Amino acid sequence: MRIELIKRGTPSATLRYLSPIIGLTLAVITGAIMFAIMGKDPAVALYVYFVEPLTEAWSVHELLIKAAPLILMGAGLSVCYLSNNWNIGAEGQFIVGALAGSIFPVLFTGFDSFIVLPSMVIFAMVGGALYAGIPALLKAKFNTNEILTSLMLVYVAERLLDWLVRGPWRNPGGMNFPESVRFPEFARIPQLMPADGRANWGFIASVIVAIAIWVMLSRTLKGFEVKVIGTSPRAGRFAGFSATNMIFFSFMLAGACAGLAGIIEVAGASGQLRPIISPGYGFTAIIVAFLGRLNPLGAIVAGLVLALTYLGGEAAQISLQISDKATRVFQGALLLYVLACDTLILYRVRFTRTPRATVEAAE
Amino acid sequence: MIEAILLTIVTASTPLLLAAIGELVVERSGVLNLGVEGMMVMGAVGGFLGMMWTGNPFIGAIVGILFGMALSALFGFLVLSLATNQYATGLALTILGLGLSGLLGEAYVGRSAIRMPALDIPVLTDLPIIGRLVFGQDLIFYVSIALVIGVAWFLFSTKQGLTLRAIGDNHASAHALGIKVIRYRYLAVLFGGGCAGLAGAYLSLVYTPQWAENMTAGRGWIALALVVFASWRPARVLAGAYLFGAVSIGQLHAQALGIAIPSQLLTALPYLATIVVLVIISQNRRLTMINTPASLGKSFVPDR
Repeated sequence: MRIELIKRGTPSATLRYLSPIIGLTLAVITGAIMFAIMGKDPAVALYVYFVEPLTEAWSVHELLIKAAPLILMGAGLSVCYLSNNWNIGAEGQFIVGALAGSIFPVLFTGFDSFIVLPSMVIFAMVGGALYAGIPALLKAKFNTNEILTSLMLVYVAERLLDWLVRGPWRNPGGMNFPESVRFPEFARIPQLMPADGRANWGFIASVIVAIAIWVMLSRTLKGFEVKVIGTSPRAGRFAGFSATNMIFFSFMLAGACAGLAGIIEVAGASGQLRPIISPGYGFTAIIVAFLGRLNPLGAIVAGLVLALTYLGGEAAQISLQISDKATRVFQGALLLYVLACDTLILYRVRFTRTPRATVEAAE
Repeated sequence: MIEAILLTIVTASTPLLLAAIGELVVERSGVLNLGVEGMMVMGAVGGFLGMMWTGNPFIGAIVGILFGMALSALFGFLVLSLATNQYATGLALTILGLGLSGLLGEAYVGRSAIRMPALDIPVLTDLPIIGRLVFGQDLIFYVSIALVIGVAWFLFSTKQGLTLRAIGDNHASAHALGIKVIRYRYLAVLFGGGCAGLAGAYLSLVYTPQWAENMTAGRGWIALALVVFASWRPARVLAGAYLFGAVSIGQLHAQALGIAIPSQLLTALPYLATIVVLVIISQNRRLTMINTPASLGKSFVPDR
């Protein structure tokens, strides 16, 4: 049996919305099979993974905490991928943003003013944007492959963070633990409803940023430019759009989003720097961008879905002793399914059963 | 002392060389598989598991190859049969491979492997300096060198090699000439997966004979960079792999000598070196223009 792809006259509008849902369903089925192989009752495991976290208020708060960085970076990366700039280093931009934003609370601990928190946010966004600016500059100026450079910079950022929290930025009164001082209250992002859980204004910020990027993409000339350069660089040139400027624009926008996500994580939920501040949010955000159809509004939904996999993974680890690696497998499988389903938008799939020899003879 | 350093450079370079030579063939066929890291880490866990099941590191290496090929077959199915986006599919493959390998190897973390024995020819291996280097390595090292020679011969001296390069440069024309584009690409992708798997198995059976999560530590990505660095030429992949092996070993020795640079910044060196080298190479636009397979990364759907 062979698979044949037949191009549709026009891309299927129904499948454009249906494909992520089909992909998600297939990934859930795969997850159930994986749990069964691991000797767990699939129904119970799926309940613990995907339903239980939503049944309690504190748990929903945790969901919002995990969703914020995913939504921000997913929305930012959507702009990159739409314009055909392959930034896969959001994880590094997240870390550098968190570091830049932490300069105030770590080095100037006594500086108590209402401008501290806004400055932290601005520093983080600038830090993330500048770090993303490195692969952008190398691509624009030297034609260097941005996939590889942006990824290499993730490893560099991870080591920079590790060095800082074990060395110069280590908390002097912290019993030699590799962590920074705890940020003072004025340098923390306020919580939304402290009575119910830990969720903070970072989630609201992430939704606002995603909506703003959506408006930019769908309602402004800049958004049109992003899409034209992405689909046809030649047409973009004729329209007078600069592909070089777009490299910087998309990378630095995504970098600023990642930097903001970094400071939201550090000044929000955790309140200090540690050697590891992200469970791979920057890579999961790539899945968020694709699951969300490279649409920032889609990224909001997709960010919540993938935050749920993190949260469910933690719950399943505690109550069912399912390894947290199962979450990564699920996330990877989800992206593969979504990509496979995307094929259905552009093509009709036909399974030919005829042996090859007869097909060739008939032709 | 010099012999010991040279030997460690060889062990650090061999996995890079194996993964890069495989990816070179894949990219020459016009397919960009960004999942090298994922296939490599699956090879590492496969090699270790195979060794644990049978007690034989050679069978372990074969299991590693099969694990890498299995993941590359998945990639091939999506990218070649379903024409998915190659960049995104490769990334997904890496995420999946890192997760799956962590899951499969979880019970084995910290247990040590039976190291693959090195060759020992009575007189030759005992020769000063070059003896152990040339005649006393493990089998996979010789395989890696043979693969470079074999790939160079295949690509530039055989009809099938020429066909493969033609597909990589213009898949539409190749298809019009009646060449089975998809079939060639499937074979190239599987070859790349097998090489990445063997590279991973080398890590868990020779380099550090044990299994640790994410033990590839970005080597798959460095291998991808090496292919660009080598401007898709097998001999240059060999030179590049040994250059990178030397950088990463030099960094270790600098740490051992107690140079007053924080160890984290030294371990960042191979990654920074990769960036610098990529910049230098890509600056030469003519070189890249001539050698880059023109269809690289583009989906192909045969029309009929």
